[in-house]
Amino acid sequence: MKLSNNTRLEVRELTKIFVSGRRKITAVDQVSFEIHEREIVSLVGQSGSGKTTIAHMILNLLKSTSGSIIFDGKDIKDIKKKIYWRNVQGIFQDPFSSFNQFFVVKKVLRDSFKILDKSFNNEEKDKIIIKALESVNIDPGDVLEKYPFELSGGQMQRIMIARIFIIKPKLLIADEPTSMIDSILRANILKLFEKLREKQGTSIMFITHDIGLAYYVSDRIFIMHRGKIVEAGSAEQVIMNPNHTYTKGLIEDVPTLHKEWILTKRS
Amino acid sequence: MGKLLTVKALKAYYKLRLGEKLRAVDGVSLTLQEGEVLGIAGESGCGKSTLASCLSGLFFPPLKYQKGNITLDGIDIIRTDKQTLRKSILGKKISFIPQSAMNALNPTLKIEDFVADVMQEHEPDLSREEAIKRAEERLEVLSLPKDVLKAYPFELSGGMKQRTIVVLSTLMNPEIVIADEPTSALDVSSQRQVIELMKRLLQMKITKSMIFITHELPILRHVADRIAIMYAGVFLEVGTMPQIIFDPRHPYTKVLMSSIIVPEKGMRERKLPLITGRPPDLRKRIKGCRFAKRCPYATDECRMREPDMEETDGRKIKCFHPLKGKEIKQNEVI
Amino acid sequence: MKLLKTLLKSKKFIIGLCVFLLLLFGSLIFTTISSHDPAEMIGFLYEPPSKEHLLGTDNFGRDVLIELIYGMKTSIYVGLLSGIIATFIGTTIGTTAGYLGKTIDNILNSITNLFLVIPSFVILILLSVSLRSRSLTLLAMIIGITSWPWTARAVRAQTSSLKTREHVNMAKLNGEGYVEIVLKEILPYMLSYIFMVFVLQVASGILSEAGLSMLGLGPSNTISLGKMLSWALLYEAVRTGAWWAFIPPALTIAIITFSLLYMNTGMDEVFNPRLRS
Repeated sequence: MKLSNNTRLEVRELTKIFVSGRRKITAVDQVSFEIHEREIVSLVGQSGSGKTTIAHMILNLLKSTSGSIIFDGKDIKDIKKKIYWRNVQGIFQDPFSSFNQFFVVKKVLRDSFKILDKSFNNEEKDKIIIKALESVNIDPGDVLEKYPFELSGGQMQRIMIARIFIIKPKLLIADEPTSMIDSILRANILKLFEKLREKQGTSIMFITHDIGLAYYVSDRIFIMHRGKIVEAGSAEQVIMNPNHTYTKGLIEDVPTLHKEWILTKRS
Repeated sequence: MGKLLTVKALKAYYKLRLGEKLRAVDGVSLTLQEGEVLGIAGESGCGKSTLASCLSGLFFPPLKYQKGNITLDGIDIIRTDKQTLRKSILGKKISFIPQSAMNALNPTLKIEDFVADVMQEHEPDLSREEAIKRAEERLEVLSLPKDVLKAYPFELSGGMKQRTIVVLSTLMNPEIVIADEPTSALDVSSQRQVIELMKRLLQMKITKSMIFITHELPILRHVADRIAIMYAGVFLEVGTMPQIIFDPRHPYTKVLMSSIIVPEKGMRERKLPLITGRPPDLRKRIKGCRFAKRCPYATDECRMREPDMEETDGRKIKCFHPLKGKEIKQNEVI
Repeated sequence: MKLLKTLLKSKKFIIGLCVFLLLLFGSLIFTTISSHDPAEMIGFLYEPPSKEHLLGTDNFGRDVLIELIYGMKTSIYVGLLSGIIATFIGTTIGTTAGYLGKTIDNILNSITNLFLVIPSFVILILLSVSLRSRSLTLLAMIIGITSWPWTARAVRAQTSSLKTREHVNMAKLNGEGYVEIVLKEILPYMLSYIFMVFVLQVASGILSEAGLSMLGLGPSNTISLGKMLSWALLYEAVRTGAWWAFIPPALTIAIITFSLLYMNTGMDEVFNPRLRS
């Protein structure tokens, strides 16, 4: 695993405040970090920690209140959305709701060509689609003419990844991509993310609440709590030698196989 | 220690439109001893939740009972009429906490109204004040705040709601608690608190035994005495917690265990098993071993005939070619 | 297609649809092949039902049954057209407001609320009075233009919840624009709902036309069920006991609206998971 030190994405003092009526909720509070080329990082936090809000801001689906996001040296405010999304893509938690249920898989995958700058005819598209499906270990004949509800969660999530193989972005934001998938099939999905990095040099950011998963897949981990990143570092360091009390507590709360689980801690 | 609950060759199915049968529980036998926690684990759709709801003896359509026995403390649950079952067995002898119980609380009722309703259904003579007082005492004993009773469901956090549900469903000291995924959809600290509460109920002898249904094996590692692994409507392996977690013998159990990801030393170096395919369609009759299609060790025999459940060293396996202890070592953690 | 298939599982929908189609095609076919002129005076005033004139004659000595069939066609035409107009305006405004949000939503929402507060029937009356000649189409358009706010409101609410779905985000990441997203990613999810609302709009359009016509503000130079009622009222059919002049049109209006509402209930059962059991 070669890691280059070229920064792919830099997040500087990113803040998001949601206003509803008179109430102001600071969902993301002055968050800064960077993601390097070919790097896999995880943003770990419990529900309500603001991690999904960050994901949406990085994906340019949500405007930040202040702070900046720099992609390949350019503020994303100055990058055309279409060009940005050619380079930065996302995968969401629930593969079923990520698909328009009225379209068959083939149509959904053909739609993803829209973001590319080159235009393809349907025949060329289908060739690429078939290749992409094969690289996620799906027999194209099994799925192309099917509707999302006719497929399993694991198949659907792999199709979402096939879409990434088509677009070939430089950065992928994966929001809880395995939380709806049985553990037994999870390994297959994780393997595909590895393959994305190996074959296309994609940087990947996992957004997850699963500390075990983050530890297993990431080079670096950022721990988020109440809108702030409380601890960041290499996976080994953050999980095995946490510094921050919140991180320590969080890791203690997770049951493992070989350590006793401290059940009677007061909080 | 006696047997509290015995299930023999239980079969139940869902009646689908077009008259199809989905055999969700297809011949399950189990025993639950007094003082024991039995964990039931399996992938989604394996029938574990259905099994849990069967154990309450109430078969709500489209779920239908097909055959087999459920005996609770000498009472034949299936042949008991629903009235008696509701009045004097459910909640008193056996309490069932369904998967999304915490979201099923009536949002317009305070928790105490709910308590009064439920208690009075079982004990019509009980006054409302009495019922609430009992709940208060119970919360106190378990060192949980009493004010949850005065709250509406939406005022409680997910974790608190789930703990409240657990307390309320054990108010009448049921001998057995059946909890279906009580910790899924909770964040890790609430998860730990719910488990802690459940363990305390056992320690304080408020309840005698528990059946804990989950897909999260690391949790079972810390709460279960015995674990049953369910797949496509049947148990494939049943054994003590250490047998199942640290020394699985059924190939499926083995795959399941080695796909566990937890934050502990050595995890990053571990290879995860790459298994493909899906569990068989339970609407169709399955020939041979249910796992054969995905099993790396399957032989023609496996594909032809379904193996029987056989017991060795206190563990039961439904497999013609169980793994030997040695094969386990190569992939073990640490 | 799937939509239709699921709908055909509902008995209520089928019954409603059959009754409606029967009336619609009955009147359409009869009016094209028949040589009767509904305005022709074929008898004396208020002749009771007889073999020649099954439903008797009206105040001008015209055959009530033939009038009824022509009137039915008119009513359904007005209902359908006003329903289409109201649904179209409501859906366009609702999706735009719901999807774009912010300032545009505020503006459109205010307009919608304004229309909701002003009693639409009063606008209808004012508009109708101010027009010298009222063709059927014009009347239908007026009804349509005054009755979209409820649709807009409901569609807006659904759109603003649908636009946060992940497949909409996915479409944005594919570079799809606003119009494409509304048409492809949001509308299909509301289609069943919009169809349901449309049916209700048709029913209320028919009722509005009847109401306006009864007040004497009906379409010029045509027969409609409402106008029949208006004549009966004007020429004292009630007092003279000529029940055949007003009960049949009233009953026909009731049957048409009932068939539409029955269709709506059937659809509700199919589409609304809470009512399905």
